[in-house]
Amino acid sequence: MKVVIKVRLKNGILDPQGKTVNNALHHLGFSTVENVRIGKLIELDMKENNRNEAHVKIEEACRKLLANPVIEDYTYEIAED
Amino acid sequence: MKVGIIVFPGSNCDHDMYYAVKTMLGDQTHFIWHQEASLKGFDAVVLPGGFSYGDYLRAGAIARFSPILQEVVHFAEMGKKVLGICNGFQVLTESGLLPGALMRNRNLRFICKNVYIRAENIDTIFTSKMKKGQTLSIPVAHGEGNYFIGDAGYQGLIDNNQIVFRYCSAEGKLTDTDNPNGSRDSIAGVINKKGNVLGMMPHPERAIEQILGSADGRYLFESMIS
Repeated sequence: MKVVIKVRLKNGILDPQGKTVNNALHHLGFSTVENVRIGKLIELDMKENNRNEAHVKIEEACRKLLANPVIEDYTYEIAED
Repeated sequence: MKVGIIVFPGSNCDHDMYYAVKTMLGDQTHFIWHQEASLKGFDAVVLPGGFSYGDYLRAGAIARFSPILQEVVHFAEMGKKVLGICNGFQVLTESGLLPGALMRNRNLRFICKNVYIRAENIDTIFTSKMKKGQTLSIPVAHGEGNYFIGDAGYQGLIDNNQIVFRYCSAEGKLTDTDNPNGSRDSIAGVINKKGNVLGMMPHPERAIEQILGSADGRYLFESMIS
């Protein structure tokens, strides 16, 4: 199965990269852009038939490695079986 | 005292650290490759600066799973001295030995310059030779040194006196301009509750000889060795 994981900085944590890109967009004339936040997208190919089992493993992988719970939140979806 | 310096693929301050510790201490300094799994006989370990595993995913995130790191966690639990500098600090926060996290510098630039830091807590095994509020000139060199910690964690640091160094002006004042990377409350270094694990972004090993600009880093090594 294919899993798509999105890792974002938690709300309220300053994202200097997003801020800089926001400014760059304004310079290019995209004046209606109000805020930019930048995160990571991680794709996994998993050899896993059991969806419940997959959820447990993905959660664990996110908590232990893929996201840093001090500063980041994650969401994921199983894109295809 | 026997000191081990842990070498990860991508460490690049390991030899500076070796030189500093050896100069301050004499013979008992050893490199420890990250694949090794024992710290038997060591009294202290240092996690040096660099870009362990290329900073992939997040700085320090992969080094944390090195075989030797499991041993460092046990070593710390036994109350032995663990010092993490720069990338070593990032590894210590990622591994949960120290609270908080190190994020991208607020100006997004890699900052390499001399800064001043203030000794905030001198009742530690790493700072006992300093004076309270003493200003030290020590270089920083990092892209991700912006120390972040949530409100509850921050209160914990204050309550337990865990903030060891803050960035300051030459006169020892805390100002936003003298906070190079945007760290919360100008934090440059923190210690664990137990008082045996210190992490800091500035590089004391680059400040042990006046001819290279500053010898203020010696206070830390002298404290650690005494």
